[in-house]
Amino acid sequence: MTIPATSRDTTTPTTDIATARGAGGALVEFRDLRRSFGTTRALDGLTLTLQPGEMVALLGPSGCGKTTALRVLAGMETVDSGQVLVDGGDLRGVPTRRRDMGMVFQNYSLFPNMTALDNVAFGLRVRGRNNAARRARAGELLDMVGLAERATRYPHQLSGGQQQRVALARALAIEPRVLLLDEPLSALDAKVRLQLREQIRTLQTRLGTTTLFVTHDQEEALSMADRVGVMRGGRLEQIATPGELYARPSTAFVAEFVGTMNRLPAEVVPGGIRVLGQVITPVDVAGRSVGAAVDALIRPEGLTAEPVEHGSGIVAHKTFLGGTTRLSVLLSEELTVQVDSPSVHAARLTIGESVDITARDTQVLVADPTGPSTTR
Amino acid sequence: MVAVTGTGTARTGALAASARRSWGRWVVLLAAGVYFLVPLYAALRFAVQTPTGGISLGVFGGIPAQQGFADAFGLSINLALVTTLITLALMVPTAIYVHLRLPQVQRLFEGITILPIVIPPVVLIVGVLQVAPAALKGTPYLLALEYAVLAMPFAYRSLASGLQAMNLKTLVEASRSLGGGWFTTAFRVLLPNLRSALLAATILTVALVLGEYTMASLDQYETFPVWVVVFDQENAHVSVAVSLLALIGTWLLLILISLIDTRRGHRASTPGES
Repeated sequence: MTIPATSRDTTTPTTDIATARGAGGALVEFRDLRRSFGTTRALDGLTLTLQPGEMVALLGPSGCGKTTALRVLAGMETVDSGQVLVDGGDLRGVPTRRRDMGMVFQNYSLFPNMTALDNVAFGLRVRGRNNAARRARAGELLDMVGLAERATRYPHQLSGGQQQRVALARALAIEPRVLLLDEPLSALDAKVRLQLREQIRTLQTRLGTTTLFVTHDQEEALSMADRVGVMRGGRLEQIATPGELYARPSTAFVAEFVGTMNRLPAEVVPGGIRVLGQVITPVDVAGRSVGAAVDALIRPEGLTAEPVEHGSGIVAHKTFLGGTTRLSVLLSEELTVQVDSPSVHAARLTIGESVDITARDTQVLVADPTGPSTTR
Repeated sequence: MVAVTGTGTARTGALAASARRSWGRWVVLLAAGVYFLVPLYAALRFAVQTPTGGISLGVFGGIPAQQGFADAFGLSINLALVTTLITLALMVPTAIYVHLRLPQVQRLFEGITILPIVIPPVVLIVGVLQVAPAALKGTPYLLALEYAVLAMPFAYRSLASGLQAMNLKTLVEASRSLGGGWFTTAFRVLLPNLRSALLAATILTVALVLGEYTMASLDQYETFPVWVVVFDQENAHVSVAVSLLALIGTWLLLILISLIDTRRGHRASTPGES
């Protein structure tokens, strides 16, 4: 790789977010967290800071350690070494119930024996609030998530989306220092997921609660979070704003994990690479000798397809995406590339038509060659 | 056309096979019915038969007045209460702990809990005598300890199925994250959601205690089942009538469990609104 992977959060923003949101949330710091389960390293030196009021999403494949990190913050998991601090206070030895963290779980977690209102009021009851106060507050929260009229329903009388909204209200009712979201939308259908995504983000922004959000859905992470941390093997591969993560991934893993990425065979030339028969400069090829075989990582929007006779590829498939159309272009038996083309332009191309693929002057990453890989 | 005819033939064959299977089921059901109901009918006939050859239900009304009945039944009810308390006090925390913290030993634990079914009662009695508090030895309540061991397979199974039906780990974590201590989590979240399982465990334990003969007889205490057998030599009609009532009572309890389970299953599968 041209840029070494790092487990450190080097992009911690200033307190702009906190100031903008009224500093309702807490400052959360993970310092060099390590945790192993047998021979598996779930956390391998994770360092991360969440500014007050910030929403950070941890994104990564299964087993990357994102859920472990969240559970460590919740106090449901211990670490082998490292520190978790909230507003400067070390949480070591503080039990889950004393951490003041609202959590929304992946599985439906409402108490089946209680109505929606009683579920939301549970945390307040535990805190000794009187009946009138906790009912008023619970009603307020249910109203906030748009379920005031369902207050007397039991969980089995609510849909999955409604249950998760009640769970969100329940987590927020205790005015948590930190809100923890453990893949809360993964069990819901696409339409409900989209609605709830917006609702969570709106509420979180309004209340200014520092939020750690764990997901394996990149669309969810990129659309909701202030910053997204991509994890791999218990380490933070990169953390950045969604735009930066997409446009300037620091490693091949991030580049291929976030969004769609073409992996094309290339050769190192002075100051750049030769790919698809053209030279692209400047490209960071530090540490690689001229003539070395590499893979070029280029996003679909970084390529163009022009119809020509006897071109380098054949249009194999077209997917209409609205303003753009994604073309699958067959360059050889083993190599297919994805090209995003304006739909007006793509409409003129037919399946089986010969095209030439060229790379735009765009951000290109190089990685060690992995054989005839195509698109990730 | 050929294909259509072929499909029609196949369908006719399938229907015939289905009808044969259906007949087979009815035959088995009928045979089982005869096997179980004929002896019960014979017992009922015997119980209500008068010396003159007539039929009278008076034998059932006279049961409470029979000598020794009230003491034996009272003892069995007491034992049922004490056994249920001991069983639930031991089994509920254990089942929750195993399901929550030691899921990897669940199978092993289930294996251990069915041991009382395969171990002879005499061995269980000797085992309980070894560990029973001295104050209990020589009292009928020693039987409650023995019955608690005997009830373990039924009570544990009921509780385990209740725990498996709920999302135990998530519910506990949700309660803890909201500030609930173990006491609050147990009494406000877990036990209310285990109501059906607790009821099933209770009913099975009570049914077991009210019907257990061997241990009580070996320990020489006249519990209800022992009284039935002893009284049989004095008045067989009454003894059979009592046995029938006990059997019907147990059936009703089991039907109650089944109804509760059905209701729980229906509730769990009721779809929510979108």
